[in-house]
Order: sequence, then structure tokens, then C-alpha cells
Amino acid sequence: MPERWETVIGLEVHVELSTKSKIFCACSTAFGGSPNTHCCPVCMGLPGTLPVLNQKVLEYAVRAGLALHCTIDRETRFDRKNYFYPDLPKAYQISQLYRPIARGGYVDIGGKRIRIHEMHMEEDAGKLIHSDYGHETYPDYNRAGVPLLEIVSEPDFRYGAEVVAYLEKIRSLFTYLGISDCKMQEGSMRADVNLSVRRVGESGYGTRTETKNINSLRAIEHAIESERSRQIHILSGGGAVVQETRHWNDDTKSSTAMRSKENAPDYRYFPEPDLPVIHISEDFLQTARDSLPEFAEARQARFVSEYGIPEKHAARLTVRRETAELFEAVVSHGADARDAANWLIVHVPHVLRTLSEGVEDIAPDAAELAELIRSTEGGAVSRADGLQILEALLSAEGPFRVADYIREHGMSVENDEGALEDVIRRVIEANPKAVGEYHSGKTKAIGFLIGQAMKELKGKSTPAAVHERMEAALK
Amino acid sequence: MGQYVTEIRCGGAVAVDDTIQVKGYETRAGSRILEGFRPLFSAEAVERLERAGYEIAGKSAVGEFGLDLLGEFAHGGANLDASGALRGAAAELVAAGSVKGALCVDLNGTPRRAAALSGVDFLKPTYGTVSRYGVIPCACSGEQIGVTAKAAGEVRELLRVIAGHDPKDGTSLPTETYSYNDGKAVAGMRVGLVRELSAAASDAVQARVTNCAGRLRGLGATVDEISLPLSDAARTAWNLLLCAETCNNVSRYDGVKFGYRSPDYRNIDELYVNSRTEGLNFLTKAVILYGSDVLSKGRYFTCYDKALKVRRLVWEQVKALFKDYDALLCPACAETAYRPYDIKDAFATVFAESLFTAVPNLTGLPAMVSGGVQFFADTLQEGTLLNLAEALEGGSAK
Repeated sequence: MPERWETVIGLEVHVELSTKSKIFCACSTAFGGSPNTHCCPVCMGLPGTLPVLNQKVLEYAVRAGLALHCTIDRETRFDRKNYFYPDLPKAYQISQLYRPIARGGYVDIGGKRIRIHEMHMEEDAGKLIHSDYGHETYPDYNRAGVPLLEIVSEPDFRYGAEVVAYLEKIRSLFTYLGISDCKMQEGSMRADVNLSVRRVGESGYGTRTETKNINSLRAIEHAIESERSRQIHILSGGGAVVQETRHWNDDTKSSTAMRSKENAPDYRYFPEPDLPVIHISEDFLQTARDSLPEFAEARQARFVSEYGIPEKHAARLTVRRETAELFEAVVSHGADARDAANWLIVHVPHVLRTLSEGVEDIAPDAAELAELIRSTEGGAVSRADGLQILEALLSAEGPFRVADYIREHGMSVENDEGALEDVIRRVIEANPKAVGEYHSGKTKAIGFLIGQAMKELKGKSTPAAVHERMEAALK
Repeated sequence: MGQYVTEIRCGGAVAVDDTIQVKGYETRAGSRILEGFRPLFSAEAVERLERAGYEIAGKSAVGEFGLDLLGEFAHGGANLDASGALRGAAAELVAAGSVKGALCVDLNGTPRRAAALSGVDFLKPTYGTVSRYGVIPCACSGEQIGVTAKAAGEVRELLRVIAGHDPKDGTSLPTETYSYNDGKAVAGMRVGLVRELSAAASDAVQARVTNCAGRLRGLGATVDEISLPLSDAARTAWNLLLCAETCNNVSRYDGVKFGYRSPDYRNIDELYVNSRTEGLNFLTKAVILYGSDVLSKGRYFTCYDKALKVRRLVWEQVKALFKDYDALLCPACAETAYRPYDIKDAFATVFAESLFTAVPNLTGLPAMVSGGVQFFADTLQEGTLLNLAEALEGGSAK
């Protein structure tokens, strides 16, 4: 009988915070600047410089800790983590080991609770760019000193899908908090996977490995599957897993050993003497608690009960906080909730694709969007015109009035009452065969006539309005 | 004087130890590893002096990173007086009247020792009162810029200029300015003479301390012999913390971005190893090895963390003494003169001598050397120390 194996996974997630300036100096954190242009003596680690904590980082960290249901340490402090590598200008990283800002939280994914061991603040290192030819390495310190949160989970995962759900949940929480954009491809969210396997029924843990350099959710599932198979293969053959750090290569879909436990660096942590202990007051904590938004899950449930929209739509609308807020604003300006949901889920993304813009690039005026949805769904403008107006609204720079646009472009169906009657008369005269079919009981023939009329109207009316008048004219 | 002065550009102004950055001046901290390093900015204390209209005379020589006894292992060589005894560069410049005063970093008592041997004053103020921004870092948790000058009045004048909150230093105390006029008057002052420290000094130094006690009584103070049993433990704890923090702080010197680079390397590892082998002296290497050891995984809780506990205990013991005493009196060093010695003995020599100086570094309390003896005072009681020095120098006691 084949042995059955269980996978045990713990995760170390690094999230870059979206503060404007770095954690210990005033340099910009903007992504993608020319190498070494967002640097100063402090983040370059020049002697004589001293770190000063960016208060925004503390605020973001406390809110993140609360969102993860952690206990916030009211006397938190930083430690120095020693490692000598060219990406680290001071030869130590300012991090937290002994008194991390947050401990003991959890994240619920589906029906399962993943426990958080601790979460701490630290500074990011620089980036090394290796030349394609020759042996040169170019350090870029733009990223050195960008604030990070590291979230260390308990070994509570058993499947890759749980890991993905967990990362998506953290991304949802943190983007709702507005503290990070959590983009794995850009490196603003990174995950290291600690994995071991054991025979089903065993209670102890097997020897674990840590896999680094995983840059997407797909890659993480591949990396987990690959490492799980590798370890089972070793153990089934009577071998032993070596405790080591492994490097994931997404091109070959395989990992290679980086360093074993014997070669593991001793980071020689000690309390950072340049930064005093941080005392977190009850006021500070309360302000942070009060600032927590209604997160996606709660909002989704409320949208279903409050607006009567389908669960599926509520889920789509609450992926991004901005979309959810826009939905509610549009509804509050008089748009029907189901129509608003439909527009935000179907039409807005469609128009954005034609504009080659991302949903994060737009912030349309909710009142105008509501006006547009009402006009279109109420039949005051045709659907084709509605979408054209939407495109104009989404690409407008500065104020945009839907009503003005409709008037200026002669789109109003009511205004064209005479034209509509003319077109219908002409279509009836030009298509005696279809009219005959209709009168002989083949009522479906009206569809052809409406189509002809719509073609002539070039979208200046709605099918419903044409249908109504066509029926009347055929009587 | 040329041999121990890194670069003096004008007299009658203020010298700055080579462990403190001055924009435009090469800053080597006495080490070959920083050869050619010209900082991009001046230390906050230097900026304050310049803003107040003081001229920077130049850089005074220090031993490598200020780790030695008196600057004897400076990259440029030791500084000796006519008799062949070791002298501190800044203290000698002040004693000779070449400069009005000097800014010196008190890392392990060096400027206090130097002041005692050259017969000038040095005051290490309370930790956090003078910004450390621009100090070549070694032991960040206890090193502090202080002032060397000929008389207490000048120390007070210069200290007022450089002290005060600096937002660039996270450990800087919030007070914006200090007057140093708020000290206790010497008449009626209660002074404790630290038995353990006095007993550890040579007869000549003990006699100096006893003589000082007599003069203080003459000025209306009471002097009692007291005990500070943890002074020995304080020395061990401070040296341990100092080695650990220094080891960490000097690991940024790799010969790549600035400072000395060995001409002899074939790859990056050789560049690192050779630059450090040639760029750092034996004492610094000993400090690095010791510091690296006490921070290692198996030793952190038995060594480093213990030292932090000792720091708290010493603090409590000294604070308890300051309930009954306004100042403590003790020697600044064991001898009245030191001869050049082999660098292989430097670690042990500095350790031995730091018995007299470690408590203020460990606890952050202010300490002052004047007339060849040393005083400790409670947090922010620099005014009391200056009053003591002024009275002993025969000035008007406040």
C-alpha cells in the first residue's frame, strides 16, 4: 500500500509599505527610478549617519497588526541583524527580533484559521544587478531603506491552495488599509516557503527547507508541489531531508540548494542602539483601531443584504476598496444597485481595456456615473451612446458633466422623437416583406425591422424605444 | 605638534577629534581603513559651533576609532611629550593654548584620561544631550561628544553651543537648550569618594584624590567615602557592549565604496580581506573578534544580554547613591604617566584602565575631569560638575 504524506507549510511574507519616504530617512520610495537616485548618506550607510523612524511606518505597522488580529507590543524596539553582503550598505539590517511590533494573530481563509506567529518592521536591502557578460555586479540602493513588514505564520498550511488564499487575503487586507499595493511581480510582496512532509498520522514535524525567490502566486504553487515531491522522493527512498535554504527558478520550475544549516549565517542580532524603545500609547492604538476600514469580507456580505445584489457580484465589487466605495457612492446618487453593479463589473472594465488603462488609474465622479447609468438604463440615451459617454467620462481630465455631453452630442432619444418616427416609417415602407410576415403572425419579424431602424439611427435610440414605436406603427 | 595633528588650519579656534566629521576635511578616525574619506556633511555639533561663529581649527588625532588609551595607536603614530610619555592630541593642543577647546568623543574614557594627564578639563555630558550625528560610530549606546578646554568656564561656553535636541539623532533628548547654570553650589555640596576606584589607582593618583577631597571640605562641601561595588562589573559590561557594537559598526568598511582599498586583490573576497587586513590595526581586530563572539547565537544570552542587565543594575546602584550625594569623586586613570607599549597588550591595557571611566559610558551619566581627578554626577547635572571644577580652579563658584 503506498504511503500517504502530509505537507506542512509555514510562510514568511514580506510586504513593502507604500509610504512616500523610506523607513529611516527622507528619500523617496518610488519604484523604478534610475539606479542610485533615491539615496542619501543615511540609506547609503555612510559613517556618522543615524536612523530616525518614519512615524508613518509605525502607524501602518500597527494598523496591519490589528487587521491580522495580533497583539500590539506597547514597547517595541528595533534590532540589528548582521550580514555582510554588497546589497546591504551598513553590513547590518535594522529589523526586529526580540520585541516585534505584533504577535499572535490569525487570518481566516475559507473555513480555516492560519495563525500568525509574529509581524515585524524592517528595512529593505538594495538590489544587485549582474551584467549579462563579464563579471560585473552593479549595486542599486534605491530600494535600500524601503519599509517592509515581515509576517511569519505558524506551520498551519497543508496545501498550496491555502497558501494562495492566505496571500490573497493579506493582499486584500493591506490594499484595503492602503498601506501596500502587494504586487508580487514588482516585489512589493514576497513569500518564502518553509516546507516539510510527514507520514499521515505523525504528529512531529519533518526536517524543513526554506524556498526563496518566488515571484508570483502561480510560482508559489509550483514551488510547493516541486518541493513536496522532492522531499517525499528522498524520504520514500530511505534518505533524509537536509535542512537548507533553496532557490526557486521559475523558468526551470525547480529549486536548487543555496546553503545548508551548517552554513547558515549567524545574524548576531542585538538591540539597535541608535533607535530608542517605542512606546505605543493607548491613544495611538485607539486611533489606529478607529481607522480600520470595513474589510472586503464584511463589505461583501453587507452588499448582498443591503443592496440585494448577487453574492458573485458583491465579491467582484469588493476585490478593491476603491471599486466598492465607488459602487456605494453611485448607488447613493440614485443609480439602481443591480445596474450599478453591472456597470462596474462589465462596462467599466470593458471601456478601460479599450483605453488601455488600469482600474487603479481612474476615479470617476460618482454623481456623474450615476447620472449616466440612470440615463442609459432608463432609455433616455441608447446603450451605444451610453458606452461612448462612459469612455469620455473615464478619460476626462477635469470636471465632466454627463448631461452637457448628451446635449452637445445630440444623443438624447427624446429630442429626436421626430427623427425616430421618420426612420420607422421609412423602414416599414422599404421592407414590405417583413411587414407582411409580421402581420401574418410571424411576430419575430419585428426583430429584423428594429435592427434596420437601429442601423439607420446609428445608435441614437434604444432598442426598447424603437420596439415600442415600431409595434405602434405596425398596428 | 605636527605628528599628532591631522590637520590644523587656524589657531585660537576649536579643534575637532578625527572621529567627528567636518565637511571638507579628510576624516579617518585614526584608521588607515578610512584613508581619503571626505565626509559629505559636518557633524551636528560642528555645525552648531560654526553657526555660533566659532572657527574650526582642524582635526586632532585619535587612535584607531578612539579605541586605545590615549591615541597611541593612531595611524599617524603616537604622540609623546618631552619625557617620552603618551599624551592625548586634543588635550595637548588645549594645554598649549593652540586652540580654545576641542570636541572629543568619549567612547571608553580616552578624552577624560587625556585631560587628567595634560592638566586640562573634559566634560562628557549626559547621553543624548549632544547629537551624535556625524560621529564615526563605534559604541552607539554610550559614546558621547564632550568638550576639552583649559577651564570650566570655557567648557560651559562650548557645551552650551553644541548641546540641544537634534531631530537627526533618534536618541537625542527633547530639551532644546541647556544653560548649565543650574548646578548645586559647592558650599554645602555632598560628595562621595568612591572607595573601590580610588584604591585601584597608584599612590600618586590616590594622593591627588585625597588632596582634592581636602580642598572641597575647605570650600564647604562634605566628602564621605562611599562604595560602588558594581564598578568592576560595570567595566566588564561596558567593554562587552563596546566590542559588540564596534564590531557591528566597523563591518561597513569593506574597501569598496570609500576609504582604503588594498592594491593587492584578484577577486572581491580578496579585496575585502586584504583591505581590512591592511586597513585595521591589531586592537580593532581584537575588538571585532571579541564583539563577534559575544553576539553569536550561543553567547547572546550568556554575554550580551547579561551586560544589558548589569547596565540596569549599575544604573540603579548609582541612582541610589545620588539620593544622598550630589557628585562622586574618583580617579580618571591609575597612573600619572603612560609609556608607549606593544599593541598586542592594548586590549588588556585599555580594559584595565577603563575601570575608572566605564560607569558614565555604561549609564550615560555625565562625568568631568578637572585638576587630574574625576567627578560623576546625576543625569543632566552638568552644572554641578562645572561648579566643582570652577571652584577647584579658583574661579567664582556658582
